[in-house]
This record gives sequence, structure tokens and C-alpha cells, in this order.
Amino acid sequence: MSEFRFNEEVILMNLEAADYTEVLQQMGENLVKHHYVKDSFIPAIIEREQEFATGLPTAGVSVAIPHTDAVHVNQKTISIATLKNPVDFVIMGEESETTPVQIVFMLAMDEPHSQLKLLQDLMKIFQEGTFLDQLLQTDSVLEMKKQVTEKLNLSDFKGGEKL
Amino acid sequence: MKQVLVACGAGIATSTVVNNAIEELAKENGIKVDLKQIRIAEVSTYEDTADLLVTTAMTKKEYSFPVINARTFLTGIGVEDTKKQILEELLK
Repeated sequence: MSEFRFNEEVILMNLEAADYTEVLQQMGENLVKHHYVKDSFIPAIIEREQEFATGLPTAGVSVAIPHTDAVHVNQKTISIATLKNPVDFVIMGEESETTPVQIVFMLAMDEPHSQLKLLQDLMKIFQEGTFLDQLLQTDSVLEMKKQVTEKLNLSDFKGGEKL
Repeated sequence: MKQVLVACGAGIATSTVVNNAIEELAKENGIKVDLKQIRIAEVSTYEDTADLLVTTAMTKKEYSFPVINARTFLTGIGVEDTKKQILEELLK
């Protein structure tokens, strides 16, 4: 499988969408465009979200972590979108209760265990609400990339190292 | 030894984090557990052997073993209560 890559092109700021399907569609199209995922990733991630919702109320703003099977992924990454207006996602583990999501972390991942550290660091971000607020107020993609790279220790993975 | 199923929709992302958290919880408390990280769709395979299901996914089905919601491991909100619930089941 591929190494992990986190670039400006996977960060979308002030995304405008009417509902979560549109959010996933737009983020997915962007990943397809940059060859991170296959075309099949988009219907797969939408279907997965309908079946297993990923909205997460946190100590700060609500987030969502949509993801789907590795077979649709070419290049591992985490795509991040801040939403211009909050979009309702069903809460993970709930049948219909929703939460107004403001930041989406779309995971393009492969086998279990290979990304434990990264996922743990991501969940740590969710547990300190202030960082999410800070991300929302960031006004440039470069700055956002820098903040997330530092927070997730992504610079450790430079140079084609595998996660 | 108790068999604990850790399940999410894909068996890839959230169950990985939860699986590790339970592994550490058990170790800290000197309890040996048989952890199975699976997709929620696979739960029925373990129907006869499992003692507990810890999951981030929604389950409408009734099982013969208790089910604990693991979302708190991801958000941190209420995680101590969840750990306590899991420990109680492991020590039964």
C-alpha cells in the first residue's frame, strides 16, 4: 500500500454544502481529482455514512470522520474540510440523532492497526476542543496544513516512510 | 478469559482506537482478555463465544451478551464511565 501523504490539495476551506451527502461528494471529488482515491470511493463513502454514521460531538465544535474500505484508496491521506455553515451528520452509534458538524476529517485509510498512532493523535485533537476552534479560525490552507501536521506529528512521515 | 468483540462499521478506523484502549485498560488492571477487532456485520459469527460487545456502530439487534457504546473513547467525553462499565463486565 501507499505511504501517507498530507498536502494543501486535500484541505478545503469554507466548503458550502446543503447536507452531508454533498459534503462527502465534494470532498470525494477532490480526492479523485488528485488521484488519492478511485471513483468508487465516492458512492462507497456516502453509503457507509448512511449505514454507519460518523458525526462526533466533541468538547469543542462537532466533527465527522467519514471513511470507507481500503479497496477504494490509492494513496493514504486525511482530507480536511471546514464547513461554511454547519451541516448535520448523524452521531456515531445513534439511529437518527444528529450533530451540527463544522469540520470534516475524511479518512482514506487501509488495513487496521497500520494507522493506530495517527488515529489516536486525531482523536486527541477532538478531546482538546480549543484546537478545533483554532482550526476553524485559520484563514489559510498553508497555515491549516502546518497546524495539523504539527499536531498529528505528520512531519515524522516525510520522505516516503510508511505508517 | 473473557472474549470481547470490538466492532465498528468497517473494522478499520474507530475499532482500532477502541481496541487499543481496551487492551491498555485490561493490562493496567491485570486482566487477560481475548480481544477480537471486527466489523459489526461479523458479530453473529461470535454469538456463541463472546462475553461482551464494545462498539462505535449502532446495533439494533439483541445479543446474548451486553453491548457497550464506545464513542466516548473517540471524543473523551464520559470515557471514565465507559471504562468503568467495561471493567465491571470483565470482572464478572
